[in-house]
Amino acid sequence: MTAKQKGWKELPIAGLCWKPSTEYFTGDWRTFKPMLDEEKCTKCLICYIDCPDVAVKWKPEDEKIEFDYNFCKGCGICANVCPSEAIKMVLE
Amino acid sequence: MKMAIAKQEVRALSGDEAVAYAVKQSDVDVVAAYPITPQTIIVERFSEYVHNGEVDTEFICVESEHSALTACLAASATGVRTFTASGSAGLALMHEILYVTSGCRAPVVMAIVNRALSAPINIHCDHADSMVERDAGWIQIYVENSQETYDSVIQAFRIAEDPDILLPTMVMLDAFVISHTLESVKVLPDDIVRKFVGTRQIPLVKNHEGKLVPFKLDPENPVTMGPLDLYDYYFEHKRQQEDAMQRASQKIKQIHDEYGEITGRRYGNGLINPYRLEDAEIAAICLGSTAGTAKTVVDQLRAKGVKAGLLRLRAYRPFPAQDVTKVLENVKAIAVMDRSHSFGAYGGPVFHEVRHTLYDAATHPQIVNYVYGLGGRDMPQTLIHEIYKELQKILETKRVKKPVRFIGVRE
Repeated sequence: MTAKQKGWKELPIAGLCWKPSTEYFTGDWRTFKPMLDEEKCTKCLICYIDCPDVAVKWKPEDEKIEFDYNFCKGCGICANVCPSEAIKMVLE
Repeated sequence: MKMAIAKQEVRALSGDEAVAYAVKQSDVDVVAAYPITPQTIIVERFSEYVHNGEVDTEFICVESEHSALTACLAASATGVRTFTASGSAGLALMHEILYVTSGCRAPVVMAIVNRALSAPINIHCDHADSMVERDAGWIQIYVENSQETYDSVIQAFRIAEDPDILLPTMVMLDAFVISHTLESVKVLPDDIVRKFVGTRQIPLVKNHEGKLVPFKLDPENPVTMGPLDLYDYYFEHKRQQEDAMQRASQKIKQIHDEYGEITGRRYGNGLINPYRLEDAEIAAICLGSTAGTAKTVVDQLRAKGVKAGLLRLRAYRPFPAQDVTKVLENVKAIAVMDRSHSFGAYGGPVFHEVRHTLYDAATHPQIVNYVYGLGGRDMPQTLIHEIYKELQKILETKRVKKPVRFIGVRE
């Protein structure tokens, strides 16, 4: 999922960050992927508050939540805190 | 352009004092150090310079060597010139931060007074402390006497801080034999050293916003140093360190030569220091102060018509493999002297490196290893004569009976 990675001749030395963390996708660490059952979701937004990676996005215009899979590491907290069991963790 | 040799003053300095004097003249911004015998005098002398206002240096008193190097690393990351000194258990306590320093490409310069590691506790010379750190990504230079100590510390700032290199550098001097022995040391005038070391040049790097900024911690131009670096990039950063090491060989030679133009003093080509090797059939290889005694032995043997020579390795990291191969191309029997041992290994660390380097040599010389001088055990001329006598036997029989030996130890 990450774009073509730079070789050692192109990278700045010493592990210096050459791009912001918002462009460094950590989603490829994931083993389990959260899947939302929109019918069960009550839009309580507990998952939105509890996600440690800010990877649960609230779209007010559509009145629904979405997962940002570029940054979701698959920790499963959202599925655990969901009172309506609307989130399932699925093996990728 | 040939430069004129500078007028130099002769001072009576021990190795430790020579280090402190070289650091005093090198315009160092931050020194953080913790005392350990036999390095203590370096820190004592330097803190006197600070107290007397003879240097413009921030001296940080720390509670351990781990903190000393951490403070130097952090200071160095802001782009200033830093120095520390240690040895033995102190260097061992720095172990973790040695890797952090080289990984962050912080050009800290450190003097190591080589002392044996405990237990049993011992304050005298062997090379066990710095040999275990040979893989830590630091440039390692071993010196023969106080004069070379002074010269090498000054050169070390130029080598470490070179924008093409940026590798921390340690200069090793033997405990007591060099550190506490008063010698006549020729020192340069302050302004000449100041000019030679110059101001630390900071290369430009692209930061996370895509802006070209100086490679240093600066609130005006923020960069992130030492972040989490996993399987996707860590290897590339380590590969860069190896690349810098390979380039450092040429740089060490060049800076050594430039310094030689000013002082008239040279130690071989800066990487290796051969002695009477041109037509030698047998040769010993060693590091540090032992070379002084060994040269006398070589002279005695030469007077008797024995074609003996000596090779002192000055740079151990980067290891001067090409130079070693070239200079030993006509030598038929070689004794590698190790002042430390790798327990359970097939010989000492210098033996590993030299024998491995010469594996591809067309002449296939016979090579024998002597582990000697642990814990400061004396290495007199008589024992070095024994080594050369064995080399003569190997030359005749074309056979090494026992490749790894211990010399100077009671049975």
